Amino acid sequence: MTTGEHTVAHQFDDAEQQHEASTFGMWLFLVTEILFFGGLFTCYVVYRALYPEAFAAGSHHLDLTLGALNTVVLIGSSLTMALAVHAAQLGRRGPLQLFLALTIVLGSVFLVVKGFEYAEKFQHGLVPGADFVFEGGKAPHVELFYGLYFTMTGLHAVHMVIGVGVLAALLVLARRGRFGAAYFTPVEVTGLYWHFVDVVWIFLFPLLYLLGGH
Amino acid sequence: MSPTQDPALEAPERATHYLNVDYGIWSWLLTKDHKRIALLYLVSITFMFFLGGLFALAIRLELLTPGADVVGADTYNKLFTMHGVIMIFFFLVPSIPAVLGNFLVPLMIGARDLAFPRLNLASWYVYTIGALFGLWAVFTGGVDTGWTFYAPYSTSASYTKVVPTIVGAFFAGFSSIFTGLNFIVTIHRMRAPGLTWFRLPLFIWAHYATSIVIILGTPVIAITLGLVAIERVFRIGIFDPALGGDPILFQHLFWFYSHPAVYIMILPSMGVISEVITCFSRKQIFGYSFVAISSLAIAFLGFLVWGHHMFVSGQSVYAALIFSVLSFAVAIPSAVKVFNWTATLYKGSISFEAPMLYALGFIGLFTIGGLTGLFLAALGLDVHVHDTYFVVAHFHYIMVGGAIMGYLGGIHFWWPKISGRRYPETLARLSALIVFLGFNLTFFPQFILGYLGMPRRYHVYPEEFQVLNVMSTAGASILGAGYLLPMLYLAWSLRWGPRAEANPWRATGLEWQTASPPPTENFPRTPLVTEEPYAYPLREVREY
Amino acid sequence: MLERLGLMPAQASTIASTTDALYWFLIGLSFVFSMGIAGALVYFSVRYRRRSDADQATQIHGSLALELVWTIIPFGLTMIVFVWSANLFVTIKRPPDDALEVLVIGKQWMWKLQHLEGRREINELHVPIGQAVKLTLTSEDVIHSFFVPAFRIKQDAVPGRYTTAWFEATKTGTYHLFCAEYCGTEHARMIGRVVVMEPADFQAWLAGEETPVQAMAVGGDGDTVVEAGAELFARLGCGTCHRDVRGALGPTLAGVFGSDVRLQDGGTVVADEAYLRESILDPRARIVQGYQAVMPTFQGLVSEEGMLQLVTYIKSLSEGRGS
Repeated sequence: MTTGEHTVAHQFDDAEQQHEASTFGMWLFLVTEILFFGGLFTCYVVYRALYPEAFAAGSHHLDLTLGALNTVVLIGSSLTMALAVHAAQLGRRGPLQLFLALTIVLGSVFLVVKGFEYAEKFQHGLVPGADFVFEGGKAPHVELFYGLYFTMTGLHAVHMVIGVGVLAALLVLARRGRFGAAYFTPVEVTGLYWHFVDVVWIFLFPLLYLLGGH
Repeated sequence: MSPTQDPALEAPERATHYLNVDYGIWSWLLTKDHKRIALLYLVSITFMFFLGGLFALAIRLELLTPGADVVGADTYNKLFTMHGVIMIFFFLVPSIPAVLGNFLVPLMIGARDLAFPRLNLASWYVYTIGALFGLWAVFTGGVDTGWTFYAPYSTSASYTKVVPTIVGAFFAGFSSIFTGLNFIVTIHRMRAPGLTWFRLPLFIWAHYATSIVIILGTPVIAITLGLVAIERVFRIGIFDPALGGDPILFQHLFWFYSHPAVYIMILPSMGVISEVITCFSRKQIFGYSFVAISSLAIAFLGFLVWGHHMFVSGQSVYAALIFSVLSFAVAIPSAVKVFNWTATLYKGSISFEAPMLYALGFIGLFTIGGLTGLFLAALGLDVHVHDTYFVVAHFHYIMVGGAIMGYLGGIHFWWPKISGRRYPETLARLSALIVFLGFNLTFFPQFILGYLGMPRRYHVYPEEFQVLNVMSTAGASILGAGYLLPMLYLAWSLRWGPRAEANPWRATGLEWQTASPPPTENFPRTPLVTEEPYAYPLREVREY
Repeated sequence: MLERLGLMPAQASTIASTTDALYWFLIGLSFVFSMGIAGALVYFSVRYRRRSDADQATQIHGSLALELVWTIIPFGLTMIVFVWSANLFVTIKRPPDDALEVLVIGKQWMWKLQHLEGRREINELHVPIGQAVKLTLTSEDVIHSFFVPAFRIKQDAVPGRYTTAWFEATKTGTYHLFCAEYCGTEHARMIGRVVVMEPADFQAWLAGEETPVQAMAVGGDGDTVVEAGAELFARLGCGTCHRDVRGALGPTLAGVFGSDVRLQDGGTVVADEAYLRESILDPRARIVQGYQAVMPTFQGLVSEEGMLQLVTYIKSLSEGRGS
């Protein structure tokens, strides 16, 4: 099967209805994700308003270079994702696989860089808990900042891991010729998800990294 | 069986339908048929209901006496916590949507299934995993934070199974989100030809509004409880006052979902009432568009009132004023529904089968529950009755006198469609009466107890509160009996009940235009809708 | 009359009657609406019951006029209630300037109160009649809530911040004090009393040697010293910390008298009468190993007679073990 034909599921009247339902469903899911992250952003906004200096101090210790690099990497991966969807739309199997693979690579680079950042925090005792130290002492409000840092970027990273996993599955299916001009819905909705995860980072980056003035 | 074969040509006893098309266990556990998934849910939530009910009976037993004569403090605290967690997350939130909604939404709109059948099955598995976590927490020591999980007690002062309970609730929440998402897409995209929005049954409007609330609200409780779990496991304190964290922030986040959650629990029930009232008065609903729009109004306003749970928390006076006025406003659309249902009876042709008895009971009890909500919205008065038995009485009037009576009414109304059998009518009417009487005896005295000052979550209390508590416990035992009866006779009817025809109630609605029970594909041919809903009197009754 | 029947709480503060008036207004409103709906349901059910299959309903789609009426009128009524209750709330939230100040600390599972003039109380609050009293509340651990039904006031005590409440008592007497925010095991026993006194009596109490314990009529005639001590032990909330469970804030006292107690600094001490007395009056002097220094002092809260009762009771918990 190289044309990417796909039988319409029995509950749908036609392929168009199926496609519309799938994309609508993904948008609704992304709405729930906005609310999910929204709870954390609410905590952030409240505490930052209460403790601006502590948040600035905490932000200052984050690695701006790595954060900026990750931002570029993730935006790049959104570009390759969009190109993958476009390739699928045009039924171009080769480019589809290439761009899916590139997206996976860029997403993985992001996660690796994040891993290095986390490791550095562990080394410097910036992980919240009984062993938290900041500039030699206890700084409760800064610990709050790092609590939010780890929770927010951690939740984001979990979403990235799931995304990379789904992309890998898509790559396998793409190699088998499952997608084509007539049917590329899974690629498209995964693209929506991936762009969303990117947008979340675009909010996280300035809120977490750009407070302190470096 | 091929979809083109007309079941009308088959004798009813030998017709293939969704129940007998395959008897294997895997045909059930791997089904994608929304009707079978509804039954899977029915089994799970019935089990959880009775477990939660057992905890309720234990609570009422302890409260017979002022002292700690049945259980000790820690056990009691676990009992009321687990009663709340199970009843809210594992029974009330799924109940009507996951059972009646799953079964009826495609049928009522003339579709062959929901938009995402595999997601539907997944939602049941996710629910079941959540329930297993919850059960594990219950049977390995229990949890004692109250279903409200207030920080910092839940994050740093409770030594009980908080994290497994939270994981269970988290999974149940995702199950709920999957269901809501499925309903929204289905209702938007898969209505039969001619079925415009304002021809939809009010049951569909109710589930549509409910699904919107689910989508917007549930993720917030997920992250909030997630943060409690993270704080317990990783010691990352977001709400810890020692770090500058704010326990009141927890309350804001918690109630942002948990208030709309009560509308998740009541809106579907209101949808049932609209269907039942019209059928058993043989009448058009009075004020169709007002009832439909009021579902949306409740969903919208419901997101703006969460602070009324926090009037004495230390919240600012200005915030309290805003939340209070909005809380009064949210009562109005519900009142509009009650008036419209009552007006529907005017000049109707009314009969009193069990579903109608439950619906009439609902209207009366929901009215009282809703009116007592005004007492709580009233700022100065709430200061006195907050966290007392007045609140307990209020929400049980809505949740039990309202939501559960609607659920039982719906189960009885659609039982012939779901099972292909009739239930014993006299026994069902008797049960409805027992439930109504037992319910009022259980919960009305609690209004008085609350105003007297008896706080919630107390297992010992001053002696002067005993008489009212004894009355309440007496009522609870009657109520329990009232719930057991339907379990028994509905099960009995599966084997020995008379077979049901396609439309035993002579009701309007697409679900009644196909066989009882329906074939897997729901309709032999996609229906075409040309009439408004509730177009009584029914012009023709086809034999299936 | 309803109060004597046990159906309404006492009215003992300046806002109690307003709160009750609002309550009765809502009861009246609710009665009218619920009886109206119930009456209509019953009437329609009877009047329009189906007598035969030929009975036809009259199809009525609705009435815009009715919808407007039954939307606007209820909304108007709710707004009246809102304004009235908001007014009451603002009163409840604004303490007068001349209020007597009392600091309140909730902790699992007792109320610690401190009058600014100096007297300290546990689980009891003495106040004069006819004088505004302002409470400043906080918590040492989890959220509690200070609730006096007779005064119709309630305020959460939140760790990490101060909240305030005020009242003016209008009737002498003794009234329930409850904790109204679930706070763990002994939430239901975190209760006490508010004692409203004539101003002269209150001044005497404030200035006097008389400890609150003596006002509590500890032990009736015929109670043994051990029984009186047990009652005092419960009233002062000792058992909320000194429990035989994991995570208890204080060491269990069963069997402690006469035993060797290991202290935080490594030393040991024999738990005799003097040690028990010192632990009650100056708990930070010697901390038991494995426990935090969180026990409040009961200096000024226990008379000599009460001290003897407590010590005798604690000794009785070691009966059967040689001392």
